[in-house]
Amino acid sequence: MDAIVCVKQIPDPETPAAAFRVDEAAMRVLPAQGISPVISPFDAQAVEAALRLKDAAGEGSVNIVSLGPDSARDAIKHSLAMGADDGYHLHDDAFEGGDAWTTALALSKAIQHLGVPDVILFGRQAADWDQGSVGSIVAELLDLPSATVLRAVEGGAGSLTVSRVVGDGFETIEIPTPCVLTISNEFGDPRYPQLRQIMQAARKQVAELTPADIGLEPSQVGAAGARLEMHALFQPTSDVDVEIIEGDTPEEKAAGLVAALRNAKIL
Amino acid sequence: MSTILVIGETEAGALTAATCELLGAANRLTAELGGDVALALIGAEPAAVEAAGPAGADTVYRAADASLVQYQTDAHLPLAQQIVEQDSPRVVLLAQSSMGRDLAPRLATRLGSAAAMDALALEVEGDRVRVTRSCYGGNARQVVTVKTDPQVITVRAKSQDPLEPDASRSAEIVDVAPSDADLRARVTSKDAAESEGVRLEDAEIVVSGGRGLGGPEAFGDLEQLAGVLGAAVGSSRAACDLGWYPPSQQVGLTGTVVSPTLYLAIAISGASQHMAGCGGSKNIVAINKDPDAAIFAFSRFGIVDDYKKVLPALESALKDALAG
Ligand SMILES: Cc1cc2nc3c(=O)[nH]c(=O)nc-3n(C[C@H](O)[C@H](O)[C@H](O)COP(=O)(O)OP(=O)(O)OC[C@H]3O[C@@H](n4cnc5c(N)ncnc54)[C@H](O)[C@@H]3O)c2cc1C
Ligand SMILES: Nc1ncnc2c1ncn2[C@@H]1O[C@H](COP(=O)(O)O)[C@@H](O)[C@H]1O
Repeated sequence: MDAIVCVKQIPDPETPAAAFRVDEAAMRVLPAQGISPVISPFDAQAVEAALRLKDAAGEGSVNIVSLGPDSARDAIKHSLAMGADDGYHLHDDAFEGGDAWTTALALSKAIQHLGVPDVILFGRQAADWDQGSVGSIVAELLDLPSATVLRAVEGGAGSLTVSRVVGDGFETIEIPTPCVLTISNEFGDPRYPQLRQIMQAARKQVAELTPADIGLEPSQVGAAGARLEMHALFQPTSDVDVEIIEGDTPEEKAAGLVAALRNAKIL
Repeated sequence: MSTILVIGETEAGALTAATCELLGAANRLTAELGGDVALALIGAEPAAVEAAGPAGADTVYRAADASLVQYQTDAHLPLAQQIVEQDSPRVVLLAQSSMGRDLAPRLATRLGSAAAMDALALEVEGDRVRVTRSCYGGNARQVVTVKTDPQVITVRAKSQDPLEPDASRSAEIVDVAPSDADLRARVTSKDAAESEGVRLEDAEIVVSGGRGLGGPEAFGDLEQLAGVLGAAVGSSRAACDLGWYPPSQQVGLTGTVVSPTLYLAIAISGASQHMAGCGGSKNIVAINKDPDAAIFAFSRFGIVDDYKKVLPALESALKDALAG
């Protein structure tokens, strides 16, 4: 069972709202003081899914691909420390300023360059831009079947049975390999690397790939190839003023709340 | 040929609320962009097709095959492509639903374009639709346009107003013959979540619980309170991830979006990803023992206390108030 997992390094999505800052002019999120970037949480779950498939099959490989600046290496290293075999870093100035389309195009070319495996895994969405489209675009570019937002993945090369989270429950889907899967948080917690594994992963080589290595022109990737244009990035404001209902006992507070709700004609 | 094609969805034979919201948005946009609004209904029953005109569609593309009622990527994608190519709209709108988030990026790619996902607001600028979308877990907003055509956009539930249904309006129906799809991935079964009582997305009052409840039993107390209020019960992702409540009840960025008149958040901290699903509520009321919890910044009323003490008192105060 061979798998490729696409992972992204992002600002920690658990950064408290109070520490979250945007540079509106540069349309960039500013790094929060003392909070390190992390592998996008759903991507760590995708790595976990790949490792479990490989373990269940008893053979195979789990390779990691990430596109991004220097920091993307850390997402790859984290995945290697979790137990993945090899990492590939799409790393070049030309990749900068891209969007879901250019990212998916580069990832699909890199996957073809490495050889299409039995299964290609993604997170349901990268927890920075929250788009949730790269996996599906890669599936389309590689003309592969896809199943998205999964909480369970079972089976081996040939055919997989997956469970998809939908608005009103779950669907069971039979999907042939090779295929594209995107993993949701309902999958469960990913393993957390031990110190020894982190040390081992630190020593592993990560291969770097440029647009030329995967058969793309610089004009097809990054800002030059993007299909979405960003016009603004800002932080929303909340304009409600809370009224804290005071009282000496919980009963008084509860009664105060009900009275306030009735006064405001909410109840 | 229309200006905007909405790829609609139905449920139990009727148009979904999100589809009516998309038709409302499409009519507001075509008021500026000019032209017509079309609706694609893949696998729809007659009642839904009839409702389409009054809800704001000028044309309905109908692919009425019982096998299409269940959304499957490999079946819906070629049909959606066929309809878009036949109609050649400038803008394609889908809901940010289980179907829309799966279909939109693949469809856009197949059409040589791109999709902007999860729009909160849509505005016309020249021949483009400017999309304001939430990102960074709700901590930021981004304004984007799709530079390629057609502009594919998915839209968050409850972010747009539907039209008042106009019974005098009817849509022209165009039948679309499904071609033989190559069903690679197949849905073999479905587990519908048990939905007793009020549905979360339709509820006028939602009572939601979080990790601070301390265990699954407390959700029983919330259900009891919800019973008094005629409310639905929701939960934070932390509570769902702990297995205390089913994922179908999760409110938030990756869960259900609700916008009730009253959202009662009990032992929920108010993380941006949670607020992404309930921030549109008309009134948020929080019960939290931490006076500094972020949820209070979004709330109209708050009680700072242990929920275990407040909940029984609140239930009896509500019973008294609503009886009298
Ligand atoms: C990419 C991503 C997507 C996410 N999507 C979602 C989503 O869709 N929905 C969602 O909800 N979350 C989502 N999250 C998780 C989110 O960031 C928070 O971790 C989560 O919402 C926290 O849930 P909580 O408020 O229940 O728990 P906590 O943050 O642990 O808060 C518990 C609260 O309970 C209070 N409390 C404790 N005991 C009591 C008591 N006895 N009485 C009263 N109050 C008490 C505490 O003061 C605290 O404020 C997402 C996270 C990521 C990274
Ligand atoms: N720069 C990237 N490098 C590698 N994988 C990525 C990158 N961006 C997105 N992905 C993958 O695509 C998924 C969906 O991303 P998105 O469509 O940006 O929300 C992520 O969860 C990752 O698995």
